[in-house]
Amino acid sequence: MVILLTGLFLGGIYALIAMGLSLQYGVARIMNLASGEMLVAGAFAGFWVYTAFSVSPYVALFFVVPLAFAFNWLIYNWLLLPLVRRAKNRGQLEVDSILATFGMSFVLVGVMLMAFGGSYFSYSWLARPIELLGSNYSQNRVLAFAVAAVICGGLYLLINRTRLGLSIRAVAVDPRAAGLVAIDVKKVAALTFALGGAVAAAGGTLLSTFLTFDASIGVVFTIKALVIVIMGGVGDIRGAIVAALALGLAETLVATLLDPGLTLAAAYLLFILILLFRPQGLFGRSAL
Amino acid sequence: MKQQELIRLVLVALVFGLLALLPLIPANDRLMALAVPIAMYAVLATSWSLFSGPTHYISLATAAFYGVGAYTLANGLEVFSYPLLLLMAALLGGGLAALVGMTTLRLSGVYFVIFTLGLAELIRQLVTWYQNNFTGSRGSYVFTDITEAQIYWQLLGLLALVFLLGWLINRSRLGFAIRIIGNDELVARHSGINTARTKVLLFILSGAFAAVVGAVMAPRFVYVEPSMAFSPQLSFMVVVMALLGGVHRLWGPLLGVVPFAIVWELIAANFPGQTVLFMGLAFLVVVYFIPQGVAGVLEQQLHKIRQRRGG
Repeated sequence: MVILLTGLFLGGIYALIAMGLSLQYGVARIMNLASGEMLVAGAFAGFWVYTAFSVSPYVALFFVVPLAFAFNWLIYNWLLLPLVRRAKNRGQLEVDSILATFGMSFVLVGVMLMAFGGSYFSYSWLARPIELLGSNYSQNRVLAFAVAAVICGGLYLLINRTRLGLSIRAVAVDPRAAGLVAIDVKKVAALTFALGGAVAAAGGTLLSTFLTFDASIGVVFTIKALVIVIMGGVGDIRGAIVAALALGLAETLVATLLDPGLTLAAAYLLFILILLFRPQGLFGRSAL
Repeated sequence: MKQQELIRLVLVALVFGLLALLPLIPANDRLMALAVPIAMYAVLATSWSLFSGPTHYISLATAAFYGVGAYTLANGLEVFSYPLLLLMAALLGGGLAALVGMTTLRLSGVYFVIFTLGLAELIRQLVTWYQNNFTGSRGSYVFTDITEAQIYWQLLGLLALVFLLGWLINRSRLGFAIRIIGNDELVARHSGINTARTKVLLFILSGAFAAVVGAVMAPRFVYVEPSMAFSPQLSFMVVVMALLGGVHRLWGPLLGVVPFAIVWELIAANFPGQTVLFMGLAFLVVVYFIPQGVAGVLEQQLHKIRQRRGG
Protein backbone atom coordinates (compact mmCIF):
# COMPACT_ATOMS: atom_id res chain seq x y z
CA MET A 1 0.00 0.00 0.00
CA VAL A 2 2.82 2.39 0.92
CA ILE A 3 4.58 1.49 -2.31
CA LEU A 4 1.39 1.96 -4.26
CA LEU A 5 0.72 5.46 -2.96
CA THR A 6 4.34 6.64 -3.05
CA GLY A 7 4.57 5.39 -6.61
CA LEU A 8 1.36 7.15 -7.44
CA PHE A 9 2.60 10.47 -6.03
CA LEU A 10 5.82 10.19 -8.00
CA GLY A 11 3.97 9.11 -11.13
CA GLY A 12 1.71 12.16 -10.92
CA ILE A 13 4.67 14.48 -11.28
CA TYR A 14 6.15 12.33 -14.04
CA ALA A 15 2.84 12.62 -15.85
CA LEU A 16 3.12 16.39 -15.76
CA ILE A 17 6.65 16.43 -17.13
CA ALA A 18 5.82 13.88 -19.80
CA MET A 19 2.74 15.83 -20.90
CA GLY A 20 4.97 18.83 -21.56
CA LEU A 21 7.25 16.74 -23.73
CA SER A 22 4.39 14.97 -25.43
CA LEU A 23 2.86 18.29 -26.47
CA GLN A 24 6.15 19.49 -27.86
CA TYR A 25 6.81 16.34 -29.83
CA GLY A 26 3.28 15.55 -30.87
CA VAL A 27 2.31 19.01 -32.05
CA ALA A 28 5.42 21.07 -32.71
CA ARG A 29 7.20 17.91 -34.01
CA ILE A 30 10.29 18.76 -31.96
CA MET A 31 11.82 16.03 -29.83
CA ASN A 32 12.94 18.43 -27.13
CA LEU A 33 15.89 16.91 -25.32
CA ALA A 34 16.41 20.13 -23.35
CA SER A 35 13.13 19.54 -21.54
CA GLY A 36 14.92 18.25 -18.43
CA GLU A 37 16.90 21.47 -18.20
CA MET A 38 13.70 23.53 -18.17
CA LEU A 39 12.66 21.37 -15.27
CA VAL A 40 15.91 22.00 -13.40
CA ALA A 41 15.54 25.74 -14.02
CA GLY A 42 12.08 25.54 -12.45
CA ALA A 43 13.55 23.63 -9.52
CA PHE A 44 16.17 26.33 -8.99
CA ALA A 45 13.45 28.96 -9.03
CA GLY A 46 11.57 27.11 -6.29
CA PHE A 47 14.76 26.77 -4.27
CA TRP A 48 15.58 30.44 -4.70
CA VAL A 49 12.14 31.69 -3.71
CA TYR A 50 12.10 29.55 -0.59
CA THR A 51 15.62 30.25 0.63
CA ALA A 52 15.75 33.96 -0.27
CA PHE A 53 12.27 35.07 0.80
CA SER A 54 11.21 32.11 2.95
CA VAL A 55 7.80 31.96 1.33
CA SER A 56 6.18 28.89 -0.11
CA PRO A 57 8.10 27.61 -3.15
CA TYR A 58 4.77 27.43 -4.94
CA VAL A 59 4.93 31.23 -5.18
CA ALA A 60 7.66 30.62 -7.74
CA LEU A 61 5.07 29.08 -10.06
CA PHE A 62 3.58 32.51 -10.63
CA PHE A 63 6.68 33.72 -12.41
CA VAL A 64 8.21 30.39 -13.48
CA VAL A 65 5.27 29.50 -15.71
CA PRO A 66 5.04 32.78 -17.67
CA LEU A 67 8.82 33.10 -17.91
CA ALA A 68 9.29 29.54 -19.12
CA PHE A 69 6.43 30.06 -21.57
CA ALA A 70 8.06 33.18 -23.02
CA PHE A 71 11.51 31.60 -23.08
CA ASN A 72 10.33 28.49 -24.91
CA TRP A 73 8.29 30.60 -27.32
CA LEU A 74 11.45 32.52 -28.21
CA ILE A 75 13.46 29.30 -28.54
CA TYR A 76 10.91 27.89 -30.93
CA ASN A 77 10.70 31.00 -33.08
CA TRP A 78 14.37 31.84 -33.15
CA LEU A 79 16.14 28.53 -33.04
CA LEU A 80 13.76 25.78 -34.05
CA LEU A 81 11.65 27.40 -36.75
CA PRO A 82 14.69 27.80 -39.05
CA LEU A 83 15.22 24.05 -38.71
CA VAL A 84 11.57 23.35 -39.52
CA ARG A 85 11.87 25.51 -42.63
CA ARG A 86 15.15 23.95 -43.68
CA ALA A 87 14.05 20.34 -43.28
CA LYS A 88 13.08 18.56 -46.46
CA ASN A 89 11.32 15.78 -44.65
CA ARG A 90 10.32 14.72 -41.18
CA GLY A 91 13.35 12.51 -40.71
CA GLN A 92 15.76 15.35 -41.27
CA LEU A 93 13.84 17.60 -38.89
CA GLU A 94 14.03 14.88 -36.30
CA VAL A 95 17.79 14.53 -36.55
CA ASP A 96 18.33 18.30 -36.65
CA SER A 97 16.06 19.02 -33.73
CA ILE A 98 17.58 16.24 -31.65
CA LEU A 99 21.06 17.65 -32.20
CA ALA A 100 19.97 21.25 -31.69
CA THR A 101 18.13 20.52 -28.46
CA PHE A 102 21.09 18.49 -27.22
CA GLY A 103 23.15 21.60 -27.83
CA MET A 104 20.65 23.77 -25.98
CA SER A 105 20.53 21.34 -23.11
CA PHE A 106 24.31 21.42 -22.71
CA VAL A 107 24.36 25.21 -22.97
CA LEU A 108 21.66 25.47 -20.29
CA VAL A 109 23.53 23.04 -18.02
CA GLY A 110 26.69 25.07 -18.57
CA VAL A 111 24.93 28.32 -17.70
CA MET A 112 23.34 26.83 -14.59
CA LEU A 113 26.67 25.36 -13.52
CA MET A 114 28.16 28.82 -13.85
CA ALA A 115 25.34 30.43 -11.90
CA PHE A 116 24.83 27.88 -9.12
CA GLY A 117 27.91 25.66 -9.13
CA GLY A 118 28.02 21.89 -9.25
CA SER A 119 26.80 21.09 -5.75
CA TYR A 120 23.54 19.44 -4.74
CA PHE A 121 20.57 21.53 -3.66
CA SER A 122 17.67 20.72 -1.44
CA TYR A 123 15.53 22.43 1.11
CA SER A 124 13.13 21.24 3.67
CA TRP A 125 9.62 22.57 3.34
CA LEU A 126 6.43 20.99 4.62
CA ALA A 127 8.41 17.91 5.57
CA ARG A 128 5.75 16.93 8.09
CA PRO A 129 3.99 13.62 8.00
CA ILE A 130 0.40 13.24 6.94
CA GLU A 131 -1.56 10.09 7.58
CA LEU A 132 -3.31 8.49 4.63
CA LEU A 133 -4.95 5.07 4.79
CA GLY A 134 -3.04 4.07 7.84
CA SER A 135 0.52 5.04 6.93
CA ASN A 136 2.51 8.26 6.88
CA TYR A 137 3.57 10.30 3.88
CA SER A 138 5.34 13.63 3.82
CA GLN A 139 3.05 16.55 3.11
CA ASN A 140 5.23 18.10 0.40
CA ARG A 141 4.90 14.98 -1.77
CA VAL A 142 1.17 14.82 -1.37
CA LEU A 143 0.75 18.50 -2.15
CA ALA A 144 3.04 18.25 -5.19
CA PHE A 145 0.95 15.37 -6.47
CA ALA A 146 -2.27 17.31 -5.94
CA VAL A 147 -0.97 20.37 -7.77
CA ALA A 148 0.38 18.20 -10.59
CA ALA A 149 -3.02 16.53 -10.87
CA VAL A 150 -4.73 19.92 -11.07
CA ILE A 151 -2.37 21.13 -13.79
CA CYS A 152 -2.76 17.86 -15.73
CA GLY A 153 -6.52 18.17 -15.46
CA GLY A 154 -6.38 21.76 -16.66
CA LEU A 155 -4.27 20.76 -19.65
CA TYR A 156 -6.64 17.92 -20.46
CA LEU A 157 -9.60 20.31 -20.46
CA LEU A 158 -7.68 22.88 -22.48
CA ILE A 159 -6.89 20.35 -25.17
CA ASN A 160 -10.17 18.50 -25.29
CA ARG A 161 -12.72 21.19 -24.54
CA THR A 162 -11.52 24.48 -26.04
CA ARG A 163 -11.19 25.87 -29.53
CA LEU A 164 -7.45 26.32 -29.11
CA GLY A 165 -7.25 22.71 -27.99
CA LEU A 166 -9.10 21.65 -31.10
CA SER A 167 -6.58 23.41 -33.34
CA ILE A 168 -3.73 21.89 -31.32
CA ARG A 169 -5.16 18.44 -31.90
CA ALA A 170 -5.67 19.23 -35.56
CA VAL A 171 -2.01 20.19 -36.00
CA ALA A 172 -0.99 17.05 -34.15
CA VAL A 173 -2.91 14.91 -36.62
CA ASP A 174 -1.76 16.61 -39.81
CA PRO A 175 -0.08 20.03 -40.01
CA ARG A 176 -0.80 20.43 -43.73
CA ALA A 177 -4.46 19.64 -43.46
CA ALA A 178 -4.71 21.91 -40.41
CA GLY A 179 -3.36 24.75 -42.54
CA LEU A 180 -6.09 24.11 -45.09
CA VAL A 181 -8.83 24.76 -42.56
CA ALA A 182 -7.44 28.17 -41.63
CA ILE A 183 -5.42 27.17 -38.60
CA ASP A 184 -2.23 29.17 -38.22
CA VAL A 185 0.01 26.12 -37.86
CA LYS A 186 3.16 28.07 -37.04
CA LYS A 187 1.43 29.98 -34.27
CA VAL A 188 -0.20 26.89 -32.78
CA ALA A 189 3.10 24.99 -32.91
CA ALA A 190 4.95 27.84 -31.19
CA LEU A 191 2.26 28.18 -28.54
CA THR A 192 2.22 24.45 -27.87
CA PHE A 193 5.99 24.29 -27.66
CA ALA A 194 5.96 27.17 -25.19
CA LEU A 195 3.17 25.54 -23.21
CA GLY A 196 5.14 22.30 -23.02
CA GLY A 197 8.19 24.14 -21.72
CA ALA A 198 6.12 25.96 -19.11
CA VAL A 199 4.63 22.66 -17.93
CA ALA A 200 8.10 21.11 -17.60
CA ALA A 201 9.36 24.08 -15.58
CA ALA A 202 6.31 23.92 -13.31
CA GLY A 203 7.03 20.23 -12.79
CA GLY A 204 10.56 21.19 -11.74
CA THR A 205 9.29 23.60 -9.12
CA LEU A 206 7.04 20.88 -7.72
CA LEU A 207 9.87 18.36 -7.69
CA SER A 208 12.21 20.73 -5.88
CA THR A 209 9.99 20.63 -2.79
CA PHE A 210 10.96 17.05 -2.02
CA LEU A 211 13.88 16.08 -4.22
CA THR A 212 17.60 16.82 -4.06
CA PHE A 213 18.79 18.17 -7.39
CA ASP A 214 21.84 19.61 -9.09
CA ALA A 215 22.51 21.54 -12.28
CA SER A 216 23.12 18.49 -14.43
CA ILE A 217 20.30 16.20 -13.29
CA GLY A 218 18.01 17.31 -16.13
CA VAL A 219 18.95 14.52 -18.50
CA VAL A 220 17.64 11.88 -16.10
CA PHE A 221 14.20 13.46 -16.22
CA THR A 222 14.43 13.91 -19.97
CA ILE A 223 15.03 10.19 -20.32
CA LYS A 224 12.16 9.32 -18.00
CA ALA A 225 9.81 11.69 -19.78
CA LEU A 226 10.82 10.25 -23.15
CA VAL A 227 10.24 6.71 -21.96
CA ILE A 228 6.80 7.72 -20.68
CA VAL A 229 5.88 9.49 -23.90
CA ILE A 230 6.83 6.48 -25.97
CA MET A 231 5.10 4.07 -23.61
CA GLY A 232 1.95 6.13 -23.70
CA GLY A 233 2.05 6.71 -27.42
CA VAL A 234 3.21 9.98 -28.94
CA GLY A 235 0.69 12.78 -28.53
CA ASP A 236 -1.65 10.63 -26.45
CA ILE A 237 -2.27 12.41 -23.14
CA ARG A 238 -4.32 9.64 -21.59
CA GLY A 239 -1.61 7.13 -22.46
CA ALA A 240 1.07 9.39 -21.03
CA ILE A 241 -0.74 9.63 -17.70
CA VAL A 242 -1.17 5.87 -17.42
CA ALA A 243 2.44 5.28 -18.45
CA ALA A 244 3.69 7.87 -15.95
CA LEU A 245 1.82 6.26 -13.09
CA ALA A 246 3.13 2.84 -14.18
CA LEU A 247 6.67 4.18 -14.22
CA GLY A 248 6.28 5.85 -10.82
CA LEU A 249 5.03 2.54 -9.41
CA ALA A 250 7.74 0.47 -11.06
CA GLU A 251 10.48 2.80 -9.79
CA THR A 252 9.14 2.83 -6.25
CA LEU A 253 8.83 -0.95 -6.31
CA VAL A 254 12.39 -1.43 -7.46
CA ALA A 255 13.74 1.24 -5.11
CA THR A 256 12.10 -0.25 -2.01
CA LEU A 257 12.38 -3.94 -2.77
CA LEU A 258 15.65 -4.13 -4.68
CA ASP A 259 17.95 -1.09 -4.70
CA PRO A 260 17.38 2.67 -5.07
CA GLY A 261 20.27 2.76 -7.55
CA LEU A 262 18.29 0.76 -10.08
CA THR A 263 15.42 3.15 -10.83
CA LEU A 264 16.57 3.94 -14.34
CA ALA A 265 17.06 0.27 -15.01
CA ALA A 266 13.41 -0.22 -14.05
CA ALA A 267 12.34 2.51 -16.46
CA TYR A 268 14.36 0.84 -19.19
CA LEU A 269 12.93 -2.56 -18.55
CA LEU A 270 9.45 -1.13 -19.12
CA PHE A 271 10.75 0.67 -22.19
CA ILE A 272 12.20 -2.49 -23.70
CA LEU A 273 9.00 -4.42 -23.08
CA ILE A 274 6.98 -1.71 -24.78
CA LEU A 275 9.37 -1.52 -27.73
CA LEU A 276 9.24 -5.26 -28.19
CA PHE A 277 5.53 -5.83 -27.82
CA ARG A 278 3.65 -2.55 -28.34
CA PRO A 279 5.91 -0.10 -30.21
CA GLN A 280 2.90 2.07 -31.03
CA GLY A 281 2.30 2.80 -27.34
CA LEU A 282 -0.13 1.43 -24.79
CA PHE A 283 -3.23 2.78 -26.49
CA GLY A 284 -1.77 3.45 -29.91
CA ARG A 285 -3.73 2.30 -32.91
CA SER A 286 -1.65 2.65 -36.05
CA ALA A 287 1.69 1.01 -36.61
CA LEU A 288 4.70 3.28 -36.93
CA MET B 1 41.76 6.27 -61.79
CA LYS B 2 43.66 3.16 -60.71
CA GLN B 3 46.88 5.14 -60.47
CA GLN B 4 45.19 7.86 -58.46
CA GLU B 5 43.96 5.29 -55.96
CA LEU B 6 47.42 3.80 -55.64
CA ILE B 7 48.91 7.23 -54.98
CA ARG B 8 46.26 7.85 -52.35
CA LEU B 9 46.98 4.52 -50.68
CA VAL B 10 50.70 5.28 -50.55
CA LEU B 11 49.97 8.73 -49.10
CA VAL B 12 47.74 7.31 -46.39
CA ALA B 13 50.32 4.67 -45.53
CA LEU B 14 52.97 7.39 -45.36
CA VAL B 15 50.87 9.52 -42.99
CA PHE B 16 50.23 6.53 -40.73
CA GLY B 17 53.94 5.73 -40.79
CA LEU B 18 54.83 9.27 -39.75
CA LEU B 19 52.21 9.27 -37.00
CA ALA B 20 53.59 5.98 -35.70
CA LEU B 21 56.97 7.68 -35.18
CA LEU B 22 55.43 10.22 -32.80
CA PRO B 23 56.21 8.37 -29.53
CA LEU B 24 59.88 8.21 -30.50
CA ILE B 25 60.28 11.95 -29.95
CA PRO B 26 62.18 12.38 -26.68
CA ALA B 27 60.59 14.06 -23.64
CA ASN B 28 57.14 13.67 -25.17
CA ASP B 29 54.90 13.37 -22.09
CA ARG B 30 52.66 16.32 -22.90
CA LEU B 31 52.54 15.46 -26.57
CA MET B 32 51.47 11.91 -25.82
CA ALA B 33 48.90 13.12 -23.29
CA LEU B 34 47.24 14.86 -26.22
CA ALA B 35 47.99 12.29 -28.92
CA VAL B 36 46.42 9.33 -27.11
CA PRO B 37 42.99 10.96 -26.63
CA ILE B 38 43.07 12.24 -30.20
CA ALA B 39 43.85 8.76 -31.52
CA MET B 40 41.14 7.33 -29.30
CA TYR B 41 38.50 9.77 -30.47
CA ALA B 42 39.63 9.31 -34.05
CA VAL B 43 38.87 5.57 -33.86
CA LEU B 44 35.60 6.12 -32.01
CA ALA B 45 34.33 8.91 -34.25
CA THR B 46 35.30 7.19 -37.49
CA SER B 47 33.77 3.87 -36.50
CA TRP B 48 30.70 5.74 -35.20
CA SER B 49 30.16 7.33 -38.56
CA LEU B 50 30.47 3.99 -40.38
CA PHE B 51 26.98 3.35 -39.06
CA SER B 52 25.54 6.74 -38.16
CA GLY B 53 26.91 8.61 -41.16
CA PRO B 54 24.88 7.00 -43.94
CA THR B 55 21.83 6.08 -41.83
CA HIS B 56 21.46 9.34 -39.81
CA TYR B 57 20.70 7.27 -36.74
CA ILE B 58 22.37 9.20 -33.93
CA SER B 59 23.89 6.56 -31.66
CA LEU B 60 24.71 7.62 -28.11
CA ALA B 61 25.74 4.15 -27.09
CA THR B 62 29.48 4.63 -27.54
CA ALA B 63 30.06 5.01 -23.80
CA ALA B 64 28.20 1.76 -23.15
CA PHE B 65 30.38 -0.23 -25.56
CA TYR B 66 33.51 1.51 -24.35
CA GLY B 67 32.67 0.68 -20.75
CA VAL B 68 31.94 -2.93 -21.60
CA GLY B 69 35.34 -3.15 -23.26
CA ALA B 70 37.12 -1.54 -20.30
CA TYR B 71 35.38 -3.91 -17.89
CA THR B 72 36.18 -6.94 -19.98
CA LEU B 73 39.86 -6.13 -19.74
CA ALA B 74 39.80 -5.17 -16.07
CA ASN B 75 38.06 -8.34 -14.98
CA GLY B 76 39.72 -10.80 -17.27
CA LEU B 77 43.29 -9.65 -16.93
CA GLU B 78 44.27 -12.33 -14.45
CA VAL B 79 42.67 -15.18 -16.38
CA PHE B 80 43.13 -14.54 -20.10
CA SER B 81 45.90 -13.27 -22.32
CA TYR B 82 45.76 -9.69 -23.56
CA PRO B 83 45.02 -10.36 -27.27
CA LEU B 84 42.29 -12.79 -26.30
CA LEU B 85 40.75 -10.11 -24.08
CA LEU B 86 40.67 -7.63 -26.95
CA LEU B 87 38.87 -10.23 -29.02
CA MET B 88 36.43 -10.87 -26.18
CA ALA B 89 35.80 -7.13 -25.85
CA ALA B 90 35.01 -6.97 -29.55
CA LEU B 91 32.62 -9.92 -29.27
CA LEU B 92 30.87 -8.55 -26.18
CA GLY B 93 30.58 -5.06 -27.68
CA GLY B 94 29.29 -6.49 -30.92
CA GLY B 95 26.88 -8.73 -29.05
CA LEU B 96 25.49 -5.82 -27.05
CA ALA B 97 25.13 -3.83 -30.26
CA ALA B 98 23.28 -6.74 -31.83
CA LEU B 99 20.84 -6.89 -28.93
CA VAL B 100 20.23 -3.13 -28.93
CA GLY B 101 20.04 -3.02 -32.70
CA MET B 102 17.53 -5.85 -32.96
CA THR B 103 15.33 -4.21 -30.32
CA THR B 104 15.34 -0.66 -31.64
CA LEU B 105 16.51 -0.51 -35.23
CA ARG B 106 13.25 -1.88 -36.59
CA LEU B 107 11.65 1.34 -35.37
CA SER B 108 12.14 4.97 -36.31
CA GLY B 109 15.25 6.96 -35.45
CA VAL B 110 13.92 8.73 -32.37
CA TYR B 111 13.42 5.49 -30.47
CA PHE B 112 16.95 4.48 -31.24
CA VAL B 113 18.39 7.81 -30.00
CA ILE B 114 16.43 7.66 -26.77
CA PHE B 115 17.34 4.07 -26.13
CA THR B 116 21.04 4.59 -26.69
CA LEU B 117 20.96 7.81 -24.64
CA GLY B 118 20.18 5.85 -21.50
CA LEU B 119 22.02 2.64 -22.34
CA ALA B 120 25.33 3.59 -20.74
CA GLU B 121 23.53 4.77 -17.61
CA LEU B 122 21.49 1.56 -17.52
CA ILE B 123 24.57 -0.64 -17.68
CA ARG B 124 26.36 1.57 -15.15
CA GLN B 125 23.51 1.12 -12.68
CA LEU B 126 23.48 -2.64 -13.21
CA VAL B 127 27.25 -2.96 -12.80
CA THR B 128 27.26 -0.75 -9.70
CA TRP B 129 24.42 -2.74 -8.20
CA TYR B 130 26.14 -6.02 -8.97
CA GLN B 131 29.42 -4.83 -7.48
CA ASN B 132 27.78 -3.44 -4.36
CA ASN B 133 25.86 -6.61 -3.65
CA PHE B 134 28.01 -9.43 -4.91
CA THR B 135 31.66 -8.48 -5.18
CA GLY B 136 31.89 -5.90 -2.42
CA SER B 137 34.35 -3.63 -4.22
CA ARG B 138 33.42 -0.64 -6.32
CA GLY B 139 36.05 -0.95 -9.00
CA SER B 140 38.99 -3.01 -10.02
CA TYR B 141 42.65 -2.24 -10.53
CA VAL B 142 44.30 -2.72 -13.87
CA PHE B 143 48.01 -3.33 -13.48
CA THR B 144 49.84 -3.98 -16.72
CA ASP B 145 53.21 -3.11 -18.13
CA ILE B 146 51.62 -1.53 -21.20
CA THR B 147 53.13 1.88 -21.86
CA GLU B 148 51.47 5.01 -23.19
CA ALA B 149 53.30 4.59 -26.50
CA GLN B 150 52.00 1.04 -26.88
CA ILE B 151 48.44 2.24 -26.28
CA TYR B 152 48.98 4.88 -28.91
CA TRP B 153 50.27 2.36 -31.44
CA GLN B 154 47.36 0.05 -30.80
CA LEU B 155 44.91 2.89 -31.34
CA LEU B 156 46.69 3.87 -34.52
CA GLY B 157 46.46 0.28 -35.70
CA LEU B 158 42.75 0.25 -34.93
CA LEU B 159 42.31 3.49 -36.85
CA ALA B 160 44.01 1.95 -39.88
CA LEU B 161 41.71 -1.06 -39.53
CA VAL B 162 38.61 1.16 -39.36
CA PHE B 163 39.72 2.98 -42.47
CA LEU B 164 40.40 -0.24 -44.32
CA LEU B 165 37.04 -1.71 -43.33
CA GLY B 166 35.22 1.53 -44.12
CA TRP B 167 36.84 1.64 -47.54
CA LEU B 168 35.96 -1.98 -48.24
CA ILE B 169 32.38 -1.48 -47.05
CA ASN B 170 31.94 1.57 -49.24
CA ARG B 171 32.83 -0.54 -52.27
CA SER B 172 30.70 -3.51 -51.27
CA ARG B 173 27.04 -4.38 -51.60
CA LEU B 174 26.65 -3.69 -47.89
CA GLY B 175 27.87 -0.10 -48.30
CA PHE B 176 25.61 0.43 -51.28
CA ALA B 177 22.66 -0.94 -49.33
CA ILE B 178 23.29 1.27 -46.32
CA ARG B 179 23.52 4.37 -48.52
CA ILE B 180 20.18 3.58 -50.10
CA ILE B 181 18.68 3.08 -46.65
CA GLY B 182 20.02 6.46 -45.61
CA ASN B 183 18.48 8.14 -48.63
CA ASP B 184 15.10 6.49 -48.40
CA GLU B 185 14.36 3.48 -46.29
CA LEU B 186 11.13 2.69 -48.10
CA VAL B 187 12.90 2.56 -51.45
CA ALA B 188 15.55 0.34 -49.92
CA ARG B 189 12.95 -2.09 -48.64
CA HIS B 190 11.20 -2.18 -51.98
CA SER B 191 14.40 -2.96 -53.83
CA GLY B 192 14.79 -6.08 -51.75
CA ILE B 193 17.27 -4.89 -49.13
CA ASN B 194 16.90 -6.45 -45.71
CA THR B 195 17.06 -3.04 -44.00
CA ALA B 196 17.01 -4.24 -40.41
CA ARG B 197 19.79 -6.74 -40.97
CA THR B 198 21.97 -4.24 -42.82
CA LYS B 199 21.60 -1.65 -40.08
CA VAL B 200 22.24 -4.12 -37.30
CA LEU B 201 25.38 -5.42 -39.06
CA LEU B 202 26.94 -1.97 -39.30
CA PHE B 203 25.90 -1.09 -35.77
CA ILE B 204 27.59 -4.28 -34.52
CA LEU B 205 30.75 -3.23 -36.30
CA SER B 206 30.85 0.21 -34.69
CA GLY B 207 29.96 -1.26 -31.29
CA ALA B 208 32.77 -3.80 -31.51
CA PHE B 209 35.31 -1.10 -32.31
CA ALA B 210 34.19 1.08 -29.40
CA ALA B 211 34.50 -1.89 -27.04
CA VAL B 212 38.02 -2.69 -28.23
CA VAL B 213 38.98 0.96 -27.74
CA GLY B 214 37.64 0.74 -24.19
CA ALA B 215 39.73 -2.37 -23.56
CA VAL B 216 42.85 -0.76 -25.03
CA MET B 217 42.38 2.37 -22.91
CA ALA B 218 41.67 0.53 -19.63
CA PRO B 219 45.33 0.14 -18.60
CA ARG B 220 45.62 3.93 -18.76
CA PHE B 221 42.97 4.36 -16.06
CA VAL B 222 44.77 2.03 -13.61
CA TYR B 223 41.53 1.93 -11.60
CA VAL B 224 38.35 1.06 -13.52
CA GLU B 225 35.05 1.98 -11.88
CA PRO B 226 31.52 2.34 -13.29
CA SER B 227 31.06 6.11 -13.29
CA MET B 228 34.29 6.56 -15.20
CA ALA B 229 34.02 3.69 -17.65
CA PHE B 230 30.40 4.48 -18.56
CA SER B 231 30.67 8.28 -18.59
CA PRO B 232 27.85 9.49 -20.90
CA GLN B 233 29.94 12.48 -21.88
CA LEU B 234 32.08 10.25 -24.08
CA SER B 235 29.13 9.42 -26.33
CA PHE B 236 28.36 13.08 -26.88
CA MET B 237 31.99 13.94 -27.54
CA VAL B 238 32.13 11.30 -30.26
CA VAL B 239 28.89 12.51 -31.85
CA VAL B 240 29.84 16.17 -31.91
CA MET B 241 33.36 15.47 -33.18
CA ALA B 242 32.16 13.23 -35.98
CA LEU B 243 29.45 15.68 -37.06
CA LEU B 244 31.82 18.63 -36.83
CA GLY B 245 34.21 16.87 -39.18
CA GLY B 246 31.54 15.58 -41.53
CA VAL B 247 30.18 12.06 -41.71
CA HIS B 248 29.64 11.74 -45.45
CA ARG B 249 33.33 10.99 -46.01
CA LEU B 250 35.45 8.35 -44.36
CA TRP B 251 38.14 10.90 -43.47
CA GLY B 252 35.60 13.53 -42.38
CA PRO B 253 35.44 12.77 -38.64
CA LEU B 254 39.21 13.22 -38.37
CA LEU B 255 38.82 16.89 -39.30
CA GLY B 256 36.51 17.28 -36.33
CA VAL B 257 38.42 15.16 -33.85
CA VAL B 258 41.77 16.93 -34.00
CA PRO B 259 40.66 20.57 -33.48
CA PHE B 260 37.88 19.67 -31.05
CA ALA B 261 40.12 17.51 -28.86
CA ILE B 262 42.80 20.20 -28.71
CA VAL B 263 40.34 22.97 -27.81
CA TRP B 264 38.66 20.64 -25.33
CA GLU B 265 41.96 19.96 -23.56
CA LEU B 266 42.70 23.69 -23.44
CA ILE B 267 39.31 24.51 -21.93
CA ALA B 268 39.45 21.60 -19.50
CA ALA B 269 42.85 22.80 -18.32
CA ASN B 270 42.00 26.50 -17.99
CA PHE B 271 38.24 26.67 -17.31
CA PRO B 272 37.28 23.23 -16.02
CA GLY B 273 33.69 24.27 -15.32
CA GLN B 274 32.97 25.42 -18.85
CA THR B 275 33.42 22.23 -20.86
CA VAL B 276 29.69 21.49 -20.89
CA LEU B 277 28.90 24.95 -22.20
CA PHE B 278 31.52 24.53 -24.90
CA MET B 279 30.07 21.19 -25.96
CA GLY B 280 26.60 22.72 -26.19
CA LEU B 281 27.84 25.58 -28.33
CA ALA B 282 29.70 23.14 -30.57
CA PHE B 283 26.47 21.19 -31.12
CA LEU B 284 24.62 24.38 -32.03
CA VAL B 285 27.39 25.50 -34.40
CA VAL B 286 27.29 22.14 -36.17
CA VAL B 287 23.53 22.17 -36.60
CA TYR B 288 23.10 25.79 -37.62
CA PHE B 289 26.24 26.69 -39.51
CA ILE B 290 28.04 23.64 -40.84
CA PRO B 291 25.53 20.79 -41.18
CA GLN B 292 27.86 19.05 -43.65
CA GLY B 293 30.84 19.40 -41.32
CA VAL B 294 34.29 20.73 -42.04
CA ALA B 295 34.68 18.14 -44.78
CA GLY B 296 31.60 19.50 -46.52
CA VAL B 297 32.85 23.09 -46.30
CA LEU B 298 36.26 22.05 -47.63
CA GLU B 299 34.74 20.21 -50.56
CA GLN B 300 32.57 23.18 -51.43
CA GLN B 301 35.56 25.52 -51.44
CA LEU B 302 37.61 23.09 -53.53
CA HIS B 303 34.75 22.79 -55.96
CA LYS B 304 34.56 26.59 -56.28
CA ILE B 305 38.29 26.89 -56.89
CA ARG B 306 38.18 24.18 -59.53
CA GLN B 307 35.26 25.85 -61.25
CA ARG B 308 37.06 29.18 -61.31
CA ARG B 309 40.11 27.52 -62.83
CA GLY B 310 38.02 25.68 -65.38
CA GLY B 311 36.00 28.74 -66.34
